[in-house]
Amino acid sequence: MALLEIRAVTRRFGDFTAVDDVSLSIEAGEFFTLLGPSGCGKTTLLRLIAGFDAPDAGRIVLDGKDMTGIAPEHRNVHTVFQSYALFPHMSVEQNIAFPLKMARVPAGEIRPRVEEVLEDVRLTGMGRRYPNELSGGQRQRVAVARALINRPKLLLLDEPLAALDAKLKESVQLELIQLQREIGITFVYVTHDQSEALALADRVAVMNHGRVEQVDEPSKIYGFPKNRFVADFIGQCNLLEGVVTAAEGSRITVALDGIGDVAAVNPDGDRPGERGVLALRPEKVAIGTELPEHPEMNRFRGKVRDFLYLGDVTVYIVELASGARIEALLPNSAAGRARFFEPGDAVDVAWRHDAGHFLDD
Amino acid sequence: MRPGWHMRAYKWLIGGPPLLYLLVFFAAPVLIMVVASFRFPGEFGGLSPLVYEDETGRHLDLTLENYQRFFADLLYLSLFFKSLLYAAITVLACLLLSYPLALLISRSPKKYRDVMVLLVILPFWSNFLIRIYAWILILGPQSVFVGALNGVLAWFGAGPVTLLYTPFAVVLGMVYVHLPFMVLPLYANLEKHDPALLDAAQDLGANAWERFWRVTFPLSLPGVYAGAALVFIPAFGMFAIPDLLGGTEGIMIGNVIKQQFLDSRDWPFGSVLSMVLTVMAVLLAALAALYARRSRQ
Repeated sequence: MALLEIRAVTRRFGDFTAVDDVSLSIEAGEFFTLLGPSGCGKTTLLRLIAGFDAPDAGRIVLDGKDMTGIAPEHRNVHTVFQSYALFPHMSVEQNIAFPLKMARVPAGEIRPRVEEVLEDVRLTGMGRRYPNELSGGQRQRVAVARALINRPKLLLLDEPLAALDAKLKESVQLELIQLQREIGITFVYVTHDQSEALALADRVAVMNHGRVEQVDEPSKIYGFPKNRFVADFIGQCNLLEGVVTAAEGSRITVALDGIGDVAAVNPDGDRPGERGVLALRPEKVAIGTELPEHPEMNRFRGKVRDFLYLGDVTVYIVELASGARIEALLPNSAAGRARFFEPGDAVDVAWRHDAGHFLDD
Repeated sequence: MRPGWHMRAYKWLIGGPPLLYLLVFFAAPVLIMVVASFRFPGEFGGLSPLVYEDETGRHLDLTLENYQRFFADLLYLSLFFKSLLYAAITVLACLLLSYPLALLISRSPKKYRDVMVLLVILPFWSNFLIRIYAWILILGPQSVFVGALNGVLAWFGAGPVTLLYTPFAVVLGMVYVHLPFMVLPLYANLEKHDPALLDAAQDLGANAWERFWRVTFPLSLPGVYAGAALVFIPAFGMFAIPDLLGGTEGIMIGNVIKQQFLDSRDWPFGSVLSMVLTVMAVLLAALAALYARRSRQ
């Protein structure tokens, strides 16, 4: 049985359904991420799990126990808040000791445990400081230490890295993964940042409009998005409209609007006549002055319209004769600038048949 | 012309008038009072001349007699302590009444808060003396309230009680008048608290009682100190309320100071009493500030 079971949970605010019939089950020891744009219901779901809010329908079961009617202070769940919510009138030590005091842990036990946790989050010697004397990264670590010290069954994290700068974020992400593995506590992590979700999680639930669109490992979410929203939300993606014209075993032919017929794989048995989009990651699209014909590839001729130089890679926007646009991504790893295209250059774009996934509407 | 001269000019232009105001209407009168406390009373009230002339020349006519008189008669010191006690009770009662009210306002929906604050300061729209006179009617022997109270007491075989012209009436009047001065700084403080802190406390296992005593109350202490000072200082030297509601039993040091200046026309001794009042108030404020700084560390 899973550690946390969310069963058909719905939460409405007036006419607005923030969480719509969501069911999830999260295993003990998992690093689980709730990912979605702002307003998708991920934070509401987190508050329902923490107990700050009650579902209108459905149940939340933690470790086999129905949480209905159980107040936040009696749930074995702690939260790291987006603002960290450190008590400004308490020192780092006092902040971290707070949950132990609330749990009536004998005073003699508190100090060594606080010292231990301070070491875990690399804040040894900072115990006497006050929150306003710490950097953003240190505050974040105090918040994590405070939420972890009395070993909750579940740790909820509400965009805990949103306030940190990009450089710091990466190192904190690595720390969080390491910490979670060491202590083995289940993490439920809310974020709107898809790269953060992919980097951190064992499994990701992508949410939109209060519903869960897809639950899977990061590589599956990225590689095999289940629908147009997931494909578009996670990373960059060419979404090419079209209709299935032929299906044969695992292969289909799709007539893409304004582009022409392409071959693609058929993951969920689409029939001829069905409309949808072909989801094609830019890094799976090859680009070259002249690419050879290949039986396993779709190939089209076009012109470089524009490019985005991103340092490690360059994204080319290629316009086909029909006006349709396809993005292709080229790593800048080649020595020198041997293959570097300028706007107006005539090029070929091509991709393997199995690189594109057809997602029906 | 030095660089930045106009910045300095602006500073004086903005800061100058209030500074001048404080010098003329605060610093100078205090200085006059300090000097007056060492002078002799005039024959028909007021002050005798500061300088007198005799065969040896011109002398400053100053004395410590007024201070000796103050310390010789314990009546005055005991009146100070009585006033201190009344003011302290007033502060405590104001705090106990204001805290729940300020908390309620600060946790109300934003659109109601301004109206509620307006209601708190509404009594200021009518005259101070009229509001105190109203209490004479409420607490007087013919009042319905007192009649009802004594009826209930008689039922238990107690009473009747007199409320008007007692220390109780004085403290009640002072609590009533000073309540907004406690509510407003408390509200200003409580309203700024981050609600996420209470969520965090609850999330980490604190019940409602613990959330209040460990988060809300300690964070509101600056508001408590500000309110206490705003209530204590005027209450300590109050004379109008004991004059109207206190009778003979309820007089405070403020009444004696007023008497010295207006009735006995002994300005030097009135100045001595005022001096002691000011020094005590400043000392208490300094002590409170010291304590506040200590408890923060």
